[in-house]
Amino acid sequence: MADGADKTPLSFQDMILTLHAYWAARGCAILQPYDMRVGAGTFHPSTTLRSLGPEPWNVAYVQPSRRPTDGRYGENPNRLQHYYQYQVILKPSPADLQEQYLGSLAAIGIDPLLHDIRFVEDDWESPTLGAWGLGWEVWCDGMEVTQFTYFQQMGGFDCKPVAGELTYGLERLAMYIQNVDNVYDLRFSDAVGDVAAVSYGDVFLENEKQFSKWNFEVADTDTLFAGFKAAEAECQRAIEANVPLAAYDQAIEASHLFNLLQARGVISVQERANYMARVRDLAKGSCKAWIDSQSERWTAKHPGWTL
Amino acid sequence: MTDFLLELRSEEIPARMQAGARAELEKLFRAQLSAAGLETGDLTIWSTPRRLALIARDLPEATAAVSEELKGPRSSAPPQALEGFLRKTGLTQDQLEDRDGVYFAVIDKPGRATAEVLAEAIPAIVRAFAWPKSMRWGKESASSESLRWVRPLSGIVAIFGEDLVECEVSGISAGFATRGHRFHCPGEITIGSASDYAEKLRACHVIVDHEERQNIIRDGAAKAAADAGLTLVEDEGLVIENAGLTEWSVPLLGRFDEAFLEVPPEVIQLTARVNQKYFVVNSADGKLANGFVCTANIDAVDGGAEIVAGNRKVLAARLSDARFFWEQDQKKTLAQHAEKLANITFHEKLGTVADKVERVAKLAEWLASEGIVPNCDPALARQAAELAKADLVTEMVGEFPELQGLMGGYYARAEGLPDAVADAIRDHYKPVGQGDDVPTAPVTVAVALADKLDTICSFFAINEVPTGSKDPFALRRAAIGMTSLIMANGLRMDVLLTAFQTVLRDGREPNPYQWSEEKRDALDQIVTLFDPSAALKAIVELTKDSNSPEEIAERQQASFERALNTAALVRDFVLDRLEVAQKAIGTRFDIFRAALIIDGDRGIDSDVVRLLARVKALQAFMATEDGTNLLAGYKRAANILKQAGKDAVIPAKAGIAGDGESTMAAPASAGATEMDKALLAALDAAEPAASAAVADERFTDAMAALASLRAPIDAFFDGVMVNDPDEDVRAYRLGLLSRFTGAVHGVADFSKIEG
Repeated sequence: MADGADKTPLSFQDMILTLHAYWAARGCAILQPYDMRVGAGTFHPSTTLRSLGPEPWNVAYVQPSRRPTDGRYGENPNRLQHYYQYQVILKPSPADLQEQYLGSLAAIGIDPLLHDIRFVEDDWESPTLGAWGLGWEVWCDGMEVTQFTYFQQMGGFDCKPVAGELTYGLERLAMYIQNVDNVYDLRFSDAVGDVAAVSYGDVFLENEKQFSKWNFEVADTDTLFAGFKAAEAECQRAIEANVPLAAYDQAIEASHLFNLLQARGVISVQERANYMARVRDLAKGSCKAWIDSQSERWTAKHPGWTL
Repeated sequence: MTDFLLELRSEEIPARMQAGARAELEKLFRAQLSAAGLETGDLTIWSTPRRLALIARDLPEATAAVSEELKGPRSSAPPQALEGFLRKTGLTQDQLEDRDGVYFAVIDKPGRATAEVLAEAIPAIVRAFAWPKSMRWGKESASSESLRWVRPLSGIVAIFGEDLVECEVSGISAGFATRGHRFHCPGEITIGSASDYAEKLRACHVIVDHEERQNIIRDGAAKAAADAGLTLVEDEGLVIENAGLTEWSVPLLGRFDEAFLEVPPEVIQLTARVNQKYFVVNSADGKLANGFVCTANIDAVDGGAEIVAGNRKVLAARLSDARFFWEQDQKKTLAQHAEKLANITFHEKLGTVADKVERVAKLAEWLASEGIVPNCDPALARQAAELAKADLVTEMVGEFPELQGLMGGYYARAEGLPDAVADAIRDHYKPVGQGDDVPTAPVTVAVALADKLDTICSFFAINEVPTGSKDPFALRRAAIGMTSLIMANGLRMDVLLTAFQTVLRDGREPNPYQWSEEKRDALDQIVTLFDPSAALKAIVELTKDSNSPEEIAERQQASFERALNTAALVRDFVLDRLEVAQKAIGTRFDIFRAALIIDGDRGIDSDVVRLLARVKALQAFMATEDGTNLLAGYKRAANILKQAGKDAVIPAKAGIAGDGESTMAAPASAGATEMDKALLAALDAAEPAASAAVADERFTDAMAALASLRAPIDAFFDGVMVNDPDEDVRAYRLGLLSRFTGAVHGVADFSKIEG
């Protein structure tokens, strides 16, 4: 890891390593990305399912996030169909969550007396997860760099206690810190000895081109529709079999297939709400099954806790 | 007398909620103190993103002592009564006073220390505080009963004089300590009293007075622009919002790439304002310049250079998106965009937006070809209507829905469509509310009117009508927009007839407009002139002798009935909104209702222009002495007629023959007086004058004709007795009065006028 004292801004990977070290020092377990295609770090079961129930939960992880409709064939300097979120969950939300968060910005090189950091109202809602919370988008010189949310509900259930969620947009932050205008110009890693530095474009430009094409033009819609139905059915089966973690995987799958269908432009405006409701039902059902499977343990460890 | 300071510190309060929060704090504080018997004078209430503060000056040290006296039972009453009274008052028998055989309890309530009242009031205020949205947080939120606040509540300062008001809410204890600016002075600072609060915060980079911050932003932004030779585009909403986002407000001017100015200025302004909360600036020629003013929350160590550079970059990315949309949208014509409207549901029972567009296009074309909108080319009206909603599916409007219409106008001009069409596309949503510009260009008027008319009639036809506070399809606004268009352009149209035709034309009902022109005219006459039930009978007659098979005729009658019922509901709705709007500008509602009735019972005048001319003349008339006296005479006449009963007024005795000519001289019994004759002569003169004036819509003249009846009617009532013992004379006089009220009804229904 690069020495923080020098003036060279952190590379993309060093920024991640710095955040890992920062949050690990504050008691977070550093998890790895979930191994499924998701639209945001919130979908990771470590956020969705673990934000339910009375047990404390402090984790941080990077989550690759796929937004098929945001693809621009690698031609837009700011928009990607695949990017990274850095996700921190602190449950219950600590009293100094804002201060801890601002400390993390300082750690990656943002001086709050040189840059204008602002907490701007932004209420978060995920219609497909049946979740909502209040908080802010954090602005750095007018750019949104983090979503900061106090979860109030997940899967339609009250969060008791409330978890604080921090979602950093890693590419945006890195572009800011490294002062580059094009995401593909980011330094992903620094040169070491004979080994040359790697740029974000070296790693991902070709992916953006190919996946934009697949998302928008190639993906077989019949297969996607069939996959959606299959995931929906399998989710229900898993719920009935009382394996909510497996059920939730299928909810994630259905959600992503729905996003791909949207990118293919085959879901009409009228149908859209209907599909979202179906995904929400899967997510809610999984959350409910998770609660049912854990309640006994929760109430044993936390007497007096109720749903 | 002592000052009190309360500060409720929290994590960032949304800017848009701060004004409401100040009002809520004031309301709750006054209520709490007044319930404890404390007067509150002037309160100072401030807000920043991180605190709400209240200073109450000159509070007394304690509430006043009060002595309460309760009357008890008689001393001779049974012991149970006394026991009950003692239980109720908590006293013993020797503490009661015996006054002439009746027990009295005198309870002295000493004054309470104000500090004690405040200590109870603060937690009560916090718990009762109503936020538009509130939340739970922290480990307390494991319980459903945990405190709710807009964002986590982080501290309370409560100082009465120089003493701490000890209290606690949900684990947060009041103290002397607060915090300064988040970055400039993150540590704790100790407040001594209300008097040093604002200055101590100022020393710690917090200007607690929101109005002072607003002034700094307003003046600072203007100065930053002026220093660069530019003019700030004022925006008070942005001033307030930025003051609600900052504790130490520093306006900074930045520039963006001039190349972005090819994008319409409204788009740039909206992008800057909505997404980034920036002001925009104009150059000396009044055109939008490539500059913006952002408001920082810090005195940056480099004077703000990095902040401006960062904000410029963000704005550039936003404007790149906007330019991309602008260019992308123009790769298709509006007609090509409009094809996609067939995929958007307007309402499940009303088809797609494309269906609506086609209805509006037909209607706009008809409004033009009928001359209801004068000097309007029907083909242009149709073309504009067909393209008016096309921008709803453009990228730009998808991103900024508030640019609907405006973008369509730009795109229409860019593809070389006639200005009249482009203007109509741009302005057809207008007027959006009261005070908005009302279009006057004919093509725009036709499309704007057709759009609103179709919306109202369509939703009424499927029985989706506004109720109470619920108006999900904004039909009230559409009705106001419609009447504004009619008034501003002097459009001559009958709302009932137009609504009737709108409903019939929308394709769901058989279309009578395949009929012969004669028959159509007859239909229009029927619908316009009478109330719906009478019209329906006439329509049945009209359809009877048509050559169509009976079954079709029946279906057609049924569809007429539905259309007419809907049209009548639409008429009543529109006139009701018109009445509300008229009331707001000082029209008397009783006069409005009097003017609404045409010629006695024949119907409701739903020609808005004529109706309002009548209202205006009538209101002016009722402000004159002639008017009020005539009204008094009318009421008296109406009362006498009512008491006499309908049968007593025999038309033949009323002084008019069937052809309307005055025929009747004084009755044979020769009981008639000069006063009778004078009224008869006046009626003979006034009636034709008034009805001619009404027919020509010279309502002031009609009022003048009625005014000529005032002296004769007054003299009549002064000089004669209507209920003369002579039957003939009585009938004659009742006839005169009946003619008099009839003449008045010919102008307006005076029975609706109060006074």
